[in-house]
Amino acid sequence: MKELICIICPRGCHLKVFETAEGFKVEGYSCKRGEKYGITEILNPERVLTSTIKVINGKLSRVPVRSSNPIPKNLIFDVMKEINKVIITAPIQINDVIIKNVLNTNSDIIATRTILKNDD
Amino acid sequence: MKQYDLIIIGGGSAGIASAIGAYNEHIESILIIEKDKYLGGILNQCIHNGFGLHTFKEELTGPEYANRYIEKLNTCDKNVIECKMETFVVSITRDKLCTYTNALEGYVTVKAKAIIMATGCSEKTRGNIETQGYRPKGIYTAGLAQKYLNIDGFLVGKKVFILGSGDIGLIMARRMTLEGAKVLGVAEIMPYSNGLNRNIVQCLNDYNIPLYLHHTVREIIGKDSLKQIIISEVDDNFNFIEGTDKTFDVDTLLLSVGLIPSNPLLKQLQVKFNPKTKGPEVDANYQTSIEGIFACGNSLHVHDLVDYVSLEGETAGKKAALYIKNQIKNQNNKVQLVPLNGISYLLPQICYPLNGKLDIKFRVKEPYGQCKIIIKNNDNIIKTINKMYLLPAEMENIIIDSDILTEGKLSVEVETK
Repeated sequence: MKELICIICPRGCHLKVFETAEGFKVEGYSCKRGEKYGITEILNPERVLTSTIKVINGKLSRVPVRSSNPIPKNLIFDVMKEINKVIITAPIQINDVIIKNVLNTNSDIIATRTILKNDD
Repeated sequence: MKQYDLIIIGGGSAGIASAIGAYNEHIESILIIEKDKYLGGILNQCIHNGFGLHTFKEELTGPEYANRYIEKLNTCDKNVIECKMETFVVSITRDKLCTYTNALEGYVTVKAKAIIMATGCSEKTRGNIETQGYRPKGIYTAGLAQKYLNIDGFLVGKKVFILGSGDIGLIMARRMTLEGAKVLGVAEIMPYSNGLNRNIVQCLNDYNIPLYLHHTVREIIGKDSLKQIIISEVDDNFNFIEGTDKTFDVDTLLLSVGLIPSNPLLKQLQVKFNPKTKGPEVDANYQTSIEGIFACGNSLHVHDLVDYVSLEGETAGKKAALYIKNQIKNQNNKVQLVPLNGISYLLPQICYPLNGKLDIKFRVKEPYGQCKIIIKNNDNIIKTINKMYLLPAEMENIIIDSDILTEGKLSVEVETK
């Protein structure tokens, strides 16, 4: 059994997810969305990852980035290592792909802010 | 002296939205004054996602959300909206004179028909919470550590404890963990968290960071640099319970103990302030106790969602434009809003009958399960709303039709079964 707090809406129902012979059973939810959340969260938890990447020759020294899709929770620290290997030269446009298909997750690491060159 | 229709002080989410709101009412000249190099305010350092769910139906990061509004602003006529960056407002007067300073122009005074204050809020510091012990380096407010990490690229420490379960603290617990720091725990003096549930789950539970409810920091140890902190459980009167001490070896203590509207300019003018919101009192047009000076966003009251800051800014901008065009009627029939049982504050503090729809914003004092919100006008119930739950961390709002109001009092209260 695993205890979870549902984060679909701000109400924050306390869920209990049981694995039974007929599949997963969720208790404590108040709506259908909560039941679905409980099962997904056990079977395949995913998160959008956000971080920053070092910038050379830019107006700012860091560009914020995110994964274009949610990535499996257990790969988050591995993707962080990939992000921290990269150094990028300005200019950078918002939505530029900085790492394509990071660790074969079908998710790109993309810039979330435009960083102009330092002399612009 | 240069004259503008409207001057907006602050180019964050509230300021940008109010400029767009005013622009859409076709006034002639708007000046936005921003102290930073960039528009967008605090959104620029909030690189996590979850912004804009209400407005754009997607989860944007802070910089992406800011960019949506900056792009909207860029489509406006440049002859109408002017932005002065790296410019600091020194003073404003009741006659709407505004004195600012910057590196290019020096010290300049300009005049406006109306001013909107969109100056945001600031973090409570160690001085606000009276923690005992030494004053070593290694103690930061969570938002400052966030700026160092996300804008400048510096991680302030490796072994971290966080005091206060405000959202910025929770977000920083995750962020510093991702960058290789060990976050040993979060202590919250209240018996419930002050942060949003999704942040407790995604920032603490995901990384097995313990949350100590009803606990606070008892002592700070370390003469030059922070070495240890001791936390203790507290009772219902917030006194330490003996024998509950826990010691943590840390080099960093982040404080996420609340935000206060930042209004040094309005304080110079002796505007009427509200003791609960710590921001100025406003009427239903977002006008302060001084005619022609408006307020919105976190400098008015601290919000939990930026979507509501943008909406409030847009409305304040529109109302300021109507004031400039002399289209706000002089209203003598005042209705005073009064928070009753369970309500921490109501906003606006004054409204008027026959003034269109009225958006009442409020927070509750403590968490509630199933309950009713009852709204009365001069002791007659005008609206009842059933709620499944109410939380102090979440601002609530109710829209009522001001046409049905009569002069006097409008009260809001929570009723439990």
